[in-house]
Amino acid sequence: MPLIRVSDLSLGYDSQIILKGLNFVVNAGDYLCIVGENGSGKSTLMKTLLHLTPPLGGKIEFSDGLSENEIGYLPQQTLVQRDFPASVKEIVLSGCQGKCGLRPFYNKAEKELAKKNMERMEIADLSNRCYRELSGGQQQRVLLARALCAAEKVLLLDEPVSGLDPVVTEKMYSLIKRLNEEQVTIIMISHDIAAAVRYATHILHIGDSIFFGTGEEYLKSKEGSLFLKKADEEEKKNG
Amino acid sequence: MDKLIMYLQHPLVLRALIVGVLIAFCSSLLGVTLVLKRFSFIGDGLSHVAFGGIAIASVCNLSNRMLIVLPVTVISAILLLRTGKSAKIKGDAAIAMISVAALAFGYLLMNLTSSSSNLSGDVCSTLFGSTSILTLTRWEVILCAVLSAATLLIFLLFYHKFFAVTFDEDFAKASGIKADRYNLLIAVIIAVIIVLAMNLVGSLLISALVIFPALSAMRLFRTFRSVTICSAVLSVTGALSGILLSILAGTPVGSTIVAVDAVLFGICFLAGKIRGIN
Ligand SMILES: Nc1ncnc2c1ncn2[C@@H]1O[C@H](COP(=O)(O)OP(=O)(O)OP(=O)(O)O)[C@@H](O)[C@H]1O
Ligand SMILES: [Mg+2]
Repeated sequence: MPLIRVSDLSLGYDSQIILKGLNFVVNAGDYLCIVGENGSGKSTLMKTLLHLTPPLGGKIEFSDGLSENEIGYLPQQTLVQRDFPASVKEIVLSGCQGKCGLRPFYNKAEKELAKKNMERMEIADLSNRCYRELSGGQQQRVLLARALCAAEKVLLLDEPVSGLDPVVTEKMYSLIKRLNEEQVTIIMISHDIAAAVRYATHILHIGDSIFFGTGEEYLKSKEGSLFLKKADEEEKKNG
Repeated sequence: MDKLIMYLQHPLVLRALIVGVLIAFCSSLLGVTLVLKRFSFIGDGLSHVAFGGIAIASVCNLSNRMLIVLPVTVISAILLLRTGKSAKIKGDAAIAMISVAALAFGYLLMNLTSSSSNLSGDVCSTLFGSTSILTLTRWEVILCAVLSAATLLIFLLFYHKFFAVTFDEDFAKASGIKADRYNLLIAVIIAVIIVLAMNLVGSLLISALVIFPALSAMRLFRTFRSVTICSAVLSVTGALSGILLSILAGTPVGSTIVAVDAVLFGICFLAGKIRGIN
């Protein structure tokens, strides 16, 4: 039984379907990249997997070993966060909330967990800094540490490298790769096809036509080659 | 100075000070959440609803207006939160509609039925707060203390939940927090605070009481906890000095407090600039 099995899923908002006929499976230890154009419904798919928006048809099945809040989530950034007064520590700790139930305070184990994950993401020295004063790359690592506090088994990452420079992007990718090697299942949205093919074990392309398979299969498929060509043209146009 | 000491020995003034401090304290607690969640407009809408509630209460000639105003405001808070979330009805428009309608009907009701010779005085004092804080009954002081204590307790118990839900609702939901429940709780507390604060500053100035301290604190501090504590301190300071000033200078209580809050904001703004935070 795979970790997550999605069959004939339709998604959208208020009964308006954005995408339908989605089929894929995620096994433990997989690294799945979701690619597709802006507005094709990648973030919506992620929210549907997280039960934030109800599916409009089809099924999402989780294996028995995986309960709902064993999934960590790194959202595409929202505006509210930008001027929010909060320290790195406060934010990372808030990832443990799901474990707290109704207990009003964090216990020792949760504080330890937060500390461990800050070290894992190499932000331990920033723990008392204000989130909004950090660089984009540091902010992403804070949110990643928070996601790790919420869950160890599966991480859903919505464009974790958007807006980062090439060096920091590489660093982010290798951090994520390292997590994957530590048996964390990764599901990541990305616009960076080259990196997706390099790091991911599987690729899901959504849009007018849907593709699901391994990275190599993707390069040979018509969705893959078309998308790559488009990306190439974009690059040439932009200089 | 002698005058001040003389006043302070007066039980009514003492009562007013206690109530003022309690209300200011509570209203500042959720100010940060309110500002950051872009809920401030709900606070504004609710204050108008509370005005309508007062009008109804005075028509019914109730001796205790809170009995009507409190439930009406709480229910409206829940309704506003619901409509604000549905994509079909524009949240802002709904709030504007409800609040303006409440204001209009409230004034109309007061006008039609008022037996008081000083109608505009009544309305004015409901809108801007009045000397009424100096004429609080024992019962009102007790109610105020109980509600404040409840607010503080809930806030302490759910502080981390409120933080999580305010900072990132989607993430909170994804990690298994019942975010809708906490949003509801926040809305109810806001409603209670607004009704309380109405005694202090009147319905038009409530938003200022809730929002100024939070905004000021955000100029100076950068963690959620320090901002919350600072805004509570600022709010209590503003209320205390506002009430004392108004007694000494004979100015209206509500607007004096808000004026002090505004001055405090100015100071914090400058201090923040100097420290180079914003
Ligand atoms: N809350 C919402 N209510 C209604 N429609 C929405 C909502 N959020 C997004 N949409 C619509 O759903 C479609 C897919 O949006 P989504 O955010 O999933 O795209 P995306 O693939 O993540 O794009 P991007 O690459 O820009 O992040 C878009 O057409 C968008 O307008
Ligand atoms: Mg997206």
